[in-house]
Amino acid sequence: MIIDTPRGLFCEAGNFHIDPWQPVERALITHAHSDHARPGSSAYLCASPGATVLRHRLPDAIVETVDYGETISIRDVRVSFHPAGHILGSAQIRLELAGDVWVVSGDYKRAPDPTATPFEPVRCHTFITEATFALPIYTWDPPDTVVTEIVEWWRLNRESERPSVLFCYALGKAQRILAALREHAAEPIRLHGAMAGLTAAYREAGIALAPTERIAEATRGKALARALVLAPISARGTVWMRRVPNASTAFASGLMRVRGVRRQRAFDRGFVLSDHADWPSLLKTVEETGAERVLVTHGWSDVLARFLAERGFETGTLRTAYEGEAGELASEPEPAT
Amino acid sequence: MKRFAALYDAIDRTTSTNAKVSALVEYFRTAPPADAAWAVYFLTGRRLKRLIPSASLREWAVIATGVPEWLLGETYAAVGDFAEIVALLLDAVPRDEVEPDLPLATWVEERLLPLATTDPAAQRAHVLSWWRGLPRTERFLLNKLLTGEFRVGVAQTLVVRALAEAAGVESTAVAARLMGDWTPSAEWFAGVIAAVSAGADPSQPYPFFLASPLEDPPETLGPRSEWLIEWKWDGIRAQLIRRAGQVWLWSRGEELITLRFPEIAAAATNLPDGTVLDGEVLAFQDGRPMPFSALQQRIGRQRQLAQIMRAVPVVFMAYDLLEHDGRDVRAEPIEARRELLAALLPHEGVLRVSSELPESSWEALATLRAESRARGVEGFILKHRGSSYGVGRRRGEWWKWKIDPLTIDAVLIYAQPGSGRRANLLTDYTFGVWDGDDLVPIAKAYSGLSNAEIDELDRWIRRHTRERHGPVRVVEPIHVFELGFEAIAPSTRHRSGIAVRFPRMLRWRRDKGVAQADTLEALKHLMG
Repeated sequence: MIIDTPRGLFCEAGNFHIDPWQPVERALITHAHSDHARPGSSAYLCASPGATVLRHRLPDAIVETVDYGETISIRDVRVSFHPAGHILGSAQIRLELAGDVWVVSGDYKRAPDPTATPFEPVRCHTFITEATFALPIYTWDPPDTVVTEIVEWWRLNRESERPSVLFCYALGKAQRILAALREHAAEPIRLHGAMAGLTAAYREAGIALAPTERIAEATRGKALARALVLAPISARGTVWMRRVPNASTAFASGLMRVRGVRRQRAFDRGFVLSDHADWPSLLKTVEETGAERVLVTHGWSDVLARFLAERGFETGTLRTAYEGEAGELASEPEPAT
Repeated sequence: MKRFAALYDAIDRTTSTNAKVSALVEYFRTAPPADAAWAVYFLTGRRLKRLIPSASLREWAVIATGVPEWLLGETYAAVGDFAEIVALLLDAVPRDEVEPDLPLATWVEERLLPLATTDPAAQRAHVLSWWRGLPRTERFLLNKLLTGEFRVGVAQTLVVRALAEAAGVESTAVAARLMGDWTPSAEWFAGVIAAVSAGADPSQPYPFFLASPLEDPPETLGPRSEWLIEWKWDGIRAQLIRRAGQVWLWSRGEELITLRFPEIAAAATNLPDGTVLDGEVLAFQDGRPMPFSALQQRIGRQRQLAQIMRAVPVVFMAYDLLEHDGRDVRAEPIEARRELLAALLPHEGVLRVSSELPESSWEALATLRAESRARGVEGFILKHRGSSYGVGRRRGEWWKWKIDPLTIDAVLIYAQPGSGRRANLLTDYTFGVWDGDDLVPIAKAYSGLSNAEIDELDRWIRRHTRERHGPVRVVEPIHVFELGFEAIAPSTRHRSGIAVRFPRMLRWRRDKGVAQADTLEALKHLMG
């Protein structure tokens, strides 16, 4: 029912693409991250809770919405969106044609997140899953534990008058952290400019977050000495960092599970907080869908496919341009000659 | 081991040098001396001999975690550190046993070292039970100790600084006490932090005194006559010790290399007892140095020594005398030390004195320096008359006036496939230098290695990839290369803040450890 094409995953029976990476006529969008929601398509369809953020990301796009669980028909295909737990409004897309059911997971996680409707397993025959963290070393601690670590890190830095700069993905991760810190923020959390618009979009969509303050142009140095600052990783190594001299730096990502990755990038701390499924969740989810066939998209796709094949699943991999969390570090400047 | 694990976490959780030092100071002040001794041992990069074959550890990890062998292999490609992989995987294994908190010294001496003589079944039972009983950081440290791959990411100089601060002793004294071969114990640690040095181990070398690169024209150093000048030899810096009727040859990396150079060891038995020489091990034939690559054959090879000894004869080119008649003469002026040295050694033979250069003006020296490459040397070493033999690198007294190009020792950190003919080989390398305790990328280089070296490095990289970003592989920082380049300039485009022009690999420095790679600060100095 779905094949990988140069423009993206394509459903011929319904004549639509899912998360295409080139402009198409009709794009069904699992979530608003830039590697899944790209500009230029004629029409977009997403789950209702994700509309605000998607419109923020693609201001010129025509965006239609459908509620979680509501079934619509596109040609002969019955289509519904179901919570994926990845970020606000993220969805798995269920397709049914003549009794055959496929589910495209997009990106998903099973860990609790106050900003996203929890993942719901959807029974299907074919499950298309991500594999961003499909290695058995990737197992997540409960988010509360990680949040406690962040709070403790901030507290220690505050005591020694050092700014705490927490790098994280600007859409989803930042707001998830802000929501989790609602009870813990001693003062407004400062936001890098690139975080501000998306955070406002979350509030507009009704998500309760810790108080925030966008860092004004002139704010620097002493004024931020006790602050927790959220910034995108792209701000690292730029002149922006001069505003937070002597900062303790941290990165919130599943990638931080591996010590060498953190040390290579010279972060003081790495907080293992991911919006993707860890290894046990991937396996549990595959079981819960009841699927006989599993197709794997981005990440450690070969590994997951082989592991499942050894356990009797029919498997395959789909070629996509999705990056998952691995893309988060790619924006750091590369050395040139 | 909890205290040691807490120290490890404290060091690991900051990139600030001061924070690392204060964590170390706190540990050295509060830990039992025997534990502190082992901590110094591990923190300064010393390791236990591998206690258990890695194949066994892999097998037990499969048993403990239920992860199939092939998947463990895939995981290795992502992490590149077996000890860490096992620790991460074990998070999924319940901690259903309780390990009492034993001191580090007890762990090492009563549990780990005896494993070497324990039968495999009992080894397995011990390790599996420890894995089930230890919390996360301690599991990780245990694995590190078992695999002999313990690297903490703290420079030896910081350990010295912290010990000196904790004990209220001069750091030069501490540095000297950490040199050479020693066995960790409470008594040994007491000696390290003691106010007065006791009778030392006869094998113990002195800390090396290092020359700084000369960046300004030599005229800025004042009159030529104030300087003692000799060739900068291109070999292995080493200290030759003749004490207690024995001979030890130490490389600058504090590795004992006596057995690799039997002819030097044999010649040294003719030295009077109580003699320590500083000099250069050189591959030397027909009155001139052979290329460094010739010497590398002597470093790498332990077998067929007789054959390679004939092909690559070596000499010890002495340029300083540190101990004479059992007396430490480092504080005496260089001229006095040279005089004693000249009385001790001839200008030829296996042990010989490096000659002073007679040229009487800077101009004449500049002319002579142009012949450096043809003579197989790296330029000049300039020693200020009257200078004592210090510790570490102290600018102003000793200079190395090296020939072009600018060179640095950098660590291979990333690799990716080349293009065209090299598309299936990882031949595009990125190199880093130290910025504090981290390696920051400073150059990409593609050329300079022989095909055999490229092949060897390619195989090594594939086995030691830590992480992949598309085609780019992050490799374990282990290999040091000497890079040459034409110019260096400030850059805002690079994380390092500098850009180098026409970098290329001059050679693979297998004799150097990563700690000996250059620092970003040293590079910035080159910019002037």
